[in-house]
Amino acid sequence: MIEIILVAALLCISALAYRWGRNYALAAVSGNPRKLHSLPGHYGAYVALWCAIPALVVVALWLILEPRLIDYLLVSHLPDEIKTLSSAQIDLLINDIKNLADGNILSREPDPAMQAAADHYNRWHDIGLASLAIIAFLLSASGAMCARRRIAPRFEAIYKVERLIKAFLLLGSTVAVLTTIGIVLSLLFEALRFFNRVPFWDFAFGTEWSPQTAIRDDQVGSSGAFGSIPVFAGTAMISAIAMTVAVPVGLFAAVFMSEYASTRTRSALKPVLEILAGIPTVVYGFFAALTVAPAIRDMGQSLGLDVASESALAAGMVMGIMIIPFVSSLSDDVLNAVPNGLREASYGVGATRSETILKVLLPAALPGIVGGILLAISRAIGETMIVVMAAGLAANLTANPFEAVTTVTVQIVTLLVGDQEFDSAKTLSAFALGLGLFILTLCFNIVALRMVRKYREQYE
Amino acid sequence: MTKSSSAGDQAAVGRAELAAPRAALSEAGKRRTDSDAGIDDSEETIREALHPDIHDPIIDVASLSLWYGEKQALFDISMAISKNKVTSLIGPSGCGKSTLLRCFNRLNDLIGTVRIDGDVFFEGESILGPDMDVHLLRKRIGMVFQKSNPFPKSIYENVAYGCRLQGISSTAELDLIVERSLRDAALWDEVKDRLHDNALGLSGGQQQRLCIARAIAVEPEVILYDEPCSALDPIATSRIEALMRTLTKDYTQVIVTHNLQQAGRVSDYTAFLYLGELIEYGPTEQMFVDPRRKRTEYYLTGRFG
Repeated sequence: MIEIILVAALLCISALAYRWGRNYALAAVSGNPRKLHSLPGHYGAYVALWCAIPALVVVALWLILEPRLIDYLLVSHLPDEIKTLSSAQIDLLINDIKNLADGNILSREPDPAMQAAADHYNRWHDIGLASLAIIAFLLSASGAMCARRRIAPRFEAIYKVERLIKAFLLLGSTVAVLTTIGIVLSLLFEALRFFNRVPFWDFAFGTEWSPQTAIRDDQVGSSGAFGSIPVFAGTAMISAIAMTVAVPVGLFAAVFMSEYASTRTRSALKPVLEILAGIPTVVYGFFAALTVAPAIRDMGQSLGLDVASESALAAGMVMGIMIIPFVSSLSDDVLNAVPNGLREASYGVGATRSETILKVLLPAALPGIVGGILLAISRAIGETMIVVMAAGLAANLTANPFEAVTTVTVQIVTLLVGDQEFDSAKTLSAFALGLGLFILTLCFNIVALRMVRKYREQYE
Repeated sequence: MTKSSSAGDQAAVGRAELAAPRAALSEAGKRRTDSDAGIDDSEETIREALHPDIHDPIIDVASLSLWYGEKQALFDISMAISKNKVTSLIGPSGCGKSTLLRCFNRLNDLIGTVRIDGDVFFEGESILGPDMDVHLLRKRIGMVFQKSNPFPKSIYENVAYGCRLQGISSTAELDLIVERSLRDAALWDEVKDRLHDNALGLSGGQQQRLCIARAIAVEPEVILYDEPCSALDPIATSRIEALMRTLTKDYTQVIVTHNLQQAGRVSDYTAFLYLGELIEYGPTEQMFVDPRRKRTEYYLTGRFG
């Protein structure tokens, strides 16, 4: 709480520093901004940044390091017999001391040593905060002073400020890239742990998926079968059903919007279609589970077919509806990007609208459309909520869309939901599945982006 | 849409009638004050300037006016276009040359907000009337555009495109048509060894001649050119101009151009448009040597435009 006030105070001071620097720069040229190298605001920003950044960095470092430092001090001040305890017990004790210091409920009766430690803790904490505040304010003041001293009419403030902005931009992209790398690495290492227990070939080519393992030795349980083929086959089937719905509907919608609809119809229709993409997938999920699946089952029964109530068809169809805007929006953009000259050329030799669309526009836009479809496929493969709610759990290896199948995402969810031990093959298999899924969608995305880029190059 | 009975004497009358309401338009009124000062021609001169002797007309424009939304782009234009001749439309930017050209094959239909009054007759048939089959019309009146626009297909398929639309699918027949069209477009020798390469690999001038080949492959009667050389270098331009001269024996050609010298070189008749009005129309030589109207003279001598 105090820390938040401190940061707010630092930001306020920086705002003042901005005005100070700006006015100082203006005063240096007796109010004529044309004599300055940069705009007055750049001088202000320069001073403000020097005022804020070093102090904020110190605060951030403090917030990261302070708990560790205080824990270390606490432990070193505790009686010797406690130091012999296991690290988990020491953690628990420190937790209690902190709770005592904050006036919270404890897990044991406090003894005098603990009370003393809690007092120590409070004192250190206060000293730490006070010194932090002093250091931060000193830093911001001296930073602002130094920066202001450098201000002169020929001082190139704009370049300094821009360099810093560039650093922030770089930081932003680095965070994104590093996060991705981190996720991939964690997937990879956990998957490797899994492959230490279950041979890779069994996982990649096994046709039976039943991840239940015995937790106790005397338990009557299977040793688990981790053949991923039925799971990936289920994903493939549901995605295929989704694409059979989404591709024709999306493509027709795109052709209508870009070639037939008037500007007004188009401007009304496109946002409505894109609302489809804004519906939360969980809503699609219960639409699939509660409306579509029973309807399909009843229809199948009236035709004498045996349809599972969690059929692949229901999940796939609803997923297809969800994906329509992906296909239609991207294809519409690509069709619109086809140069108008090609349309005129085609009409100019007497082609009708549909001839022009079929023979000129669609072939010209094809790489872009295929790219859009591939992106939609990777979306379908990774989609989770609809299949969790509407697809089954049993890993059937089947080609019948009326049966229940399971997908990779559903299995990952069921493997990791609830209490799990994180060193059993069962739990670790989720990471292997995740890795497989990631590689699959990555391939689709790479191919898709390549195709879209190739299309762009054609008309530049 | 009003259909005029005959385009001939309509223009002069229409001009006199329309003078008053048109001056009421504030925009038009402004135009008249600036550049018209001191260049009011007598009515007889105007009539002479607008009615050259046209033998064997194939297209007849009758009191054509056109609006893009609220803005009027063409004002009561009447002119006849002679068969198997080259007619050029000249005038400063925005004067309506391309708009007029696009009325001949109804390419303006693609723009939703166009309103047209008057009519254009093609061999006596109303082009703008509801009975006209637009697709058939465009097969008979081909077009070459300002920016060369070959399809991203092979050279062969570009030329064969129009014929395939007409249902010609025999390879032998298509081969013949492609060769003949490319020869007529003076492109055959340059591309005969790579007919199945992508047309986008050709140079700008070659692409434009390919577009001409594509237009003549369907054997139209008229070819419209919308500034066909504006993106080409002088050598490519001279090849296209030479090509146009050789095509006159089979085709009626109408060319919109910014380039006065080009109009002088290639055309038999020239029409000068200014701010949506037809100012003067006549044989090219006469117009360039002895223009009837002062404004034409000013434009041709570079005093404005």
